[in-house]
Amino acid sequence: MDIQTWTLIIVGLTFLLYIAVAIWARAGSTKEFYVAGGGVSPLANGMATAADWMSAASYLSMAGLISFTGYAGSQYLMGWTGGYVLLALLLAPYLRKFGKFTVPDFIGERYYSRQARLVALICAIFVSFTYVVGQMKGVGVAFSRFLEVPFEQGILIGICIVFFYAVLGGMKGITYTQVAQYCVLIFAFTVPAIFISLQMVGNPIPQIGMGGTLSDGTYLLDKLNKLSTDLGFAEYTSAGINDRINVFFITAALMFGTAGLPHVIVRFFTVPKVRDARKSAGYALLFIAILYTTAPAVAAFARTNLLQTVSNQSYTQMPDWFSKWETSGLIKFNDLNKDGLIQYVADPAVNELTIDRDIMVLANPEIANLPAWVIALVVAGGLAAALSTAAGLLLVIATSISHDLLKNYLRPNISEKGELIAARVAIALAVVGAGIAGMNPPGFVAQVVALAFGLAASSFFPAIILGIFDKRMNKEGAIAGMIVGILFTAAYIIYFKPQLGGPGTPEGLWFGIKPEGIGTLGMLINLVVALLVSRLTPPPSAEVQQMVEDIRIPRGAGEAVGH
Amino acid sequence: MSNPDLQQYWRKNLKYLAILLSIWFIVSYGCGILFVDTLNNIKMGGFPLGFWFAQQGAIYVFVALIFVYVILMNRLDKSFNVDEK
Repeated sequence: MDIQTWTLIIVGLTFLLYIAVAIWARAGSTKEFYVAGGGVSPLANGMATAADWMSAASYLSMAGLISFTGYAGSQYLMGWTGGYVLLALLLAPYLRKFGKFTVPDFIGERYYSRQARLVALICAIFVSFTYVVGQMKGVGVAFSRFLEVPFEQGILIGICIVFFYAVLGGMKGITYTQVAQYCVLIFAFTVPAIFISLQMVGNPIPQIGMGGTLSDGTYLLDKLNKLSTDLGFAEYTSAGINDRINVFFITAALMFGTAGLPHVIVRFFTVPKVRDARKSAGYALLFIAILYTTAPAVAAFARTNLLQTVSNQSYTQMPDWFSKWETSGLIKFNDLNKDGLIQYVADPAVNELTIDRDIMVLANPEIANLPAWVIALVVAGGLAAALSTAAGLLLVIATSISHDLLKNYLRPNISEKGELIAARVAIALAVVGAGIAGMNPPGFVAQVVALAFGLAASSFFPAIILGIFDKRMNKEGAIAGMIVGILFTAAYIIYFKPQLGGPGTPEGLWFGIKPEGIGTLGMLINLVVALLVSRLTPPPSAEVQQMVEDIRIPRGAGEAVGH
Repeated sequence: MSNPDLQQYWRKNLKYLAILLSIWFIVSYGCGILFVDTLNNIKMGGFPLGFWFAQQGAIYVFVALIFVYVILMNRLDKSFNVDEK
């Protein structure tokens, strides 16, 4: 059977599985819709969190980015895992003890203010929407390759599927479907990695194989360094001078952003106890780490294979996958010197080949000549990753609009049924909007997503952390901090992202910090502003201070409740 | 739970946090970023050590840190009698 048939079969089977699970566990009440009724075991919650978390960016895009940037790609690896340490140690247990549905709930109550809540709400919608846009591009890439259609049509198909899928489930359905999706995506990611590792270095564990030796006796990473420098690229494993500050800032923005992302935090409201919230974060990171330690190995293998396959080879001799990706427009070859060979080098004046980095994970098994069913499996895994994250995010957007905005601000008398309908309509609008934006996103999937993290880091993280660890923090401080933080970060990003029409040039960057890393500075500014303003304004009331004392001890955590 | 007890519980918690987060900082920002060049001079099999920390080692340590914290806090909760029944 060919790849196309295998893909149809495997993608079809996995979709049937998700739909079956979603119907089995579909949400009847608003509580089940928002926090799955609060009765999910830590292990299942850990898996669901991992699937929710590992998006098209982790699955499809990250290994590709590492593959093309070598050491600098580490920022994604450390940034997207290290945040869980912060989450488990600084946030999850306390927010679970607090026991409400959403981040704006916490902000609103801790800062005894409807304005604070509204600011948090707007930040939540803004952050989640940016993030969904990244997912839609990932879905588009996967579909365009697998159905061999142009990228825009791939996105349209993605919109339809995500829409159907997210509207049905609610948190309860989504949680159990995500457990299934985790299994599919981790299997699909590791199987090809094991194959390729065996093929190249004879070791079945890619994490170790990455440091192994090739058949000619040289270390894989040494060989890759040599291949790269011969073509004028930077050495794969070395840190460039300009990299250091950006790796530092981007890593930090991703870490603090992770700990501030509404769709991740809400996960810890779904377990029964405070103790479970801590453990659940540990399981989540364990499941995530399986993919995150495999990805750099995949990146190194893919890069080595790619350079050996295309560099200075005849265009007409290129394997099948090359022309198929050309159809989707994501590989472009322009024979500048008309010698019929592919010159793939760092110098833009001589280079003849451009490759969209997001295709690397999907193309990798084909480049390595793996069997057709493995390639089909990778497509299914990519869709699982993108769908599970998109669904989780859309749920946050829907919750924000129906629960936080509609019920608390616009229509307090809305019935439970009306609230569920509003939530589903909100999902529909959000997915269409995200799809349209996904057709023209600023940068690669992983980079778009990195922007969302910067926004989360600069708005929520300080407000939540200070709410728990600083009893003296008041509403004036928190609101001022959030507004200054997110405005500063958004302004810097818009100014320095040419795709967003900003006039900024790379020379103008502050300390050379790229827009992806500016969230770290935004977070520090938020912290300083919040602390300063709070000390100049009256302290919060005794009840609020008592509430802070109360969330610091685990005993007495009830189930998560509404209002 | 009385107030001095609560303060002691909280101080212990903060101490654990300080220690664990220092390790968190050292393996990622320290070994993986700030001192990566120096560590890259050391080879561990086919891996330059700094590169290994940035792409593998830091992540293993992160997972371990959370589980250590879970164990420490469960014990602390019990000893101060604030654990959930």
